[in-house]
Amino acid sequence: MKAQLSYMNSMHRWGKIWGLGVAAVIFAVPVVVSIIFGCLPEWAALGKALFATLPMYWAVGIVEVFTYVPMLGAGGTYLAFVTGNISNMKLPCAVDAMERAKVKASSEEGEVISTIAIAVSSIVTTLIILLGVVLIIPLTPILESPVLEPAFGMILPALFGGLAVVFISKNAKLAIAPVLLMLALFIFVPALNASTVGIMVPVGVVFTVCVARIMYKKGML
Amino acid sequence: MQFSVNHPIIFIIVGIVIAIVLAQSVFFLVKAVRRAKELGIESSTVKKTISSAAVFTIAPAVAVLVGVVALSKSLGIALPWLRLSVIGSITYETVAAGNALEALGQSAAETITDPSTYVTVLWVMTICIAAGLILAPLITKKIQSGMNKIGMKDKKWGELFNNAMFLGMISAFLGYVFCDVTYLGDGLLQGLTPVCVMLVSAAVMAVLGVISIKCKVRWLNDYALPISLICGMASAILFSDIFGGYEITKEMIEGVRG
Repeated sequence: MKAQLSYMNSMHRWGKIWGLGVAAVIFAVPVVVSIIFGCLPEWAALGKALFATLPMYWAVGIVEVFTYVPMLGAGGTYLAFVTGNISNMKLPCAVDAMERAKVKASSEEGEVISTIAIAVSSIVTTLIILLGVVLIIPLTPILESPVLEPAFGMILPALFGGLAVVFISKNAKLAIAPVLLMLALFIFVPALNASTVGIMVPVGVVFTVCVARIMYKKGML
Repeated sequence: MQFSVNHPIIFIIVGIVIAIVLAQSVFFLVKAVRRAKELGIESSTVKKTISSAAVFTIAPAVAVLVGVVALSKSLGIALPWLRLSVIGSITYETVAAGNALEALGQSAAETITDPSTYVTVLWVMTICIAAGLILAPLITKKIQSGMNKIGMKDKKWGELFNNAMFLGMISAFLGYVFCDVTYLGDGLLQGLTPVCVMLVSAAVMAVLGVISIKCKVRWLNDYALPISLICGMASAILFSDIFGGYEITKEMIEGVRG
């Protein structure tokens, strides 16, 4: 038990150091670029763009931390929030890895497997994008080809179809209510679409946990 | 210094940041692999986790690369490279950059020539995505200790709680797949493409699962997710052709509803 605590504590400590360190570095980029080229941002446009973008992004960002920490574990979270592309890459990757290794997200084994999957995924992404940037001129016609466009645009449906089979088949009874609710919401509320799905994830999570609690108390699960 | 979106100095700055983030991934990977050994997790499980995570990542990473190419027209290559290798995701960054360019009165198809414009876009992208980046290191520990309490009190409920969480997340994304079905009544069939893609991916996953159990082909199970992902993506090309696209734009809705 002591060893477990110390691993988790060291993970949290390093997560904090790396996370805040990288955040500082990322904020330093615009400052350094400003200094090098001797220019300031256009304040009016900056304000206008922030006004249009920031409230939604911060709301989603805050909600995402609370939703994804229990799913990704500590190490996974510290990495995923720095390396990005969570729902379209890191989260499915970690969930799939834990499922195949037959470990629970809340256990330390799950923590370790999730961290390994997300770290590998981040490293491979960085390398692929690096390769892509080096080869951008020959690759551009392929990446922009109209034939392939739908394939790249449909990555989320292609991902979650596969994941859904695994999780719904395992928890069929519990899945009925949340799946029906989400289908109804997304079909009948026009404001719900690709850009608002982030905000619906916690809604789905909280709803499903409540349904699970009720079914559990009634001995249905 | 004469500004250009592809100035070597910007590439150097971006390269340094990406190297730091890469170092973080390697650091966490090493720590987790060591801990896996201590916990007695079989090294074959660790190896399989590594190889299937790597294989799985290829297709989504190429999709991210498409985002880099799309943004590079106005922002040059260095900035999208940074934003999409670290912290950002395609959907967020494209919208953030788009909003910034719009506020500046700059077209997304034109290369930025003014450094102030460039720095403005850079600030918008940096600030907008910062919430998770700053919050995650600060509150992860607290959230996790709260979670642990649930698991310790009642083990069975703890496990159920876990499954419920994943199901809730997956159901939200399943709902999203159906979001454009709303417009079927208007004769817009494009919304069926994501639904069919999801079904193909689900079917492939199910078939692979059955084969790997019946025929005892373990490796198939390890790569089931990337295989179903690729099949789903490939089917998108076909369905998009049948239904005339894969997404519904505002213009399309206005076109039929007037």
